Amino acid sequence: MKQVWKIGSIFTAVVVAWISLLLAKDLPPSVQLIVPYIPMFAIMSLGCYGLGALGYGMMVFRVCPEEEILLQKDIAEAKAFFKERGVDMSAD
Amino acid sequence: MADADSAPRKSPHLYSIIIPTYNECLNIALICYLLFKHLKDYNFEIIIVDDASPDGTQDTVKKLQTIYGEDKILLRPRAAKLGLGTAYVHGLKYVSGDFVIILDADLSHHPKYLPNFIRKQLETDADIVTGTRYVNGGGVHGWDLRRKLTSRGANVLAHTLLWPRVSDLTGSFRLYKKKVLEEVVQTCVSKGYVFQMEIIVRATRMGCRIEEVPITFVDRVYGISKLGGTEIVQYLKGLFWLFLTT
Repeated sequence: MKQVWKIGSIFTAVVVAWISLLLAKDLPPSVQLIVPYIPMFAIMSLGCYGLGALGYGMMVFRVCPEEEILLQKDIAEAKAFFKERGVDMSAD
Repeated sequence: MADADSAPRKSPHLYSIIIPTYNECLNIALICYLLFKHLKDYNFEIIIVDDASPDGTQDTVKKLQTIYGEDKILLRPRAAKLGLGTAYVHGLKYVSGDFVIILDADLSHHPKYLPNFIRKQLETDADIVTGTRYVNGGGVHGWDLRRKLTSRGANVLAHTLLWPRVSDLTGSFRLYKKKVLEEVVQTCVSKGYVFQMEIIVRATRMGCRIEEVPITFVDRVYGISKLGGTEIVQYLKGLFWLFLTT
């Protein structure tokens, strides 16, 4: 099943559930009060999830300056090797 | 490198490394040196697909061939700059190994991780082993805050929309079973970052087994790296298109 249909059908199911809640007559008044605001809560939660995932991602994103130093060493080693073999590597 | 042929082998397979290049005259030499250094226990060949670089990349490759041998380094140039996706298709025609490794020529992908890729593949019999910057042991160097935010944001967006089973979609440091890459590359039409994402998403949908190994990504040492507004728009378009078609 295509991704758009997957997410589309989940979305439709949620909307149908919400509409049936809207139309239901025998709900306790406290629940009835909340029902119209559910879509707003849903959008806000989605936003929070997005920001949270982004924030978490940034937090655990490792920077590795030591890799740069190791790479520079490798480059120097390679250049020395090629110099020995007579290959011109002077360009940088 | 005659003595390398008698060394014990850690894998029975032949690994073909496809490196697309455009103006990578210095980097290609460095990357070849590092490949030979880190893969000395494995059978491999390097296939360089050069898109008519004006900077003499092909001359450098010819010099490398005299050092390492023409059976180890294959130069398969193309007449013009024709793009990344077709470079893989072009390179694939000359692959004699049963596995294909793809990495960037700009040294942002370090060959020292390749034994981990190979080991992971042998352990799990995965169809694809992909390098990831986003797990423990992985990382990046040389990115500013904006670049990190963009990369992370793009990743969150892609995960929310596409539900792929890999953590790093836009990296291109990967090992493929040859027939898997041949099959999946046929179905891919995107370019640039989206191409990498498309391969892995389509492979996921095909039911391929995909494993990940951590890699560190050191942004281009020589040359310029690009991530501007156009790339972001292209990425978003590509993401939406994959959302509709996979």
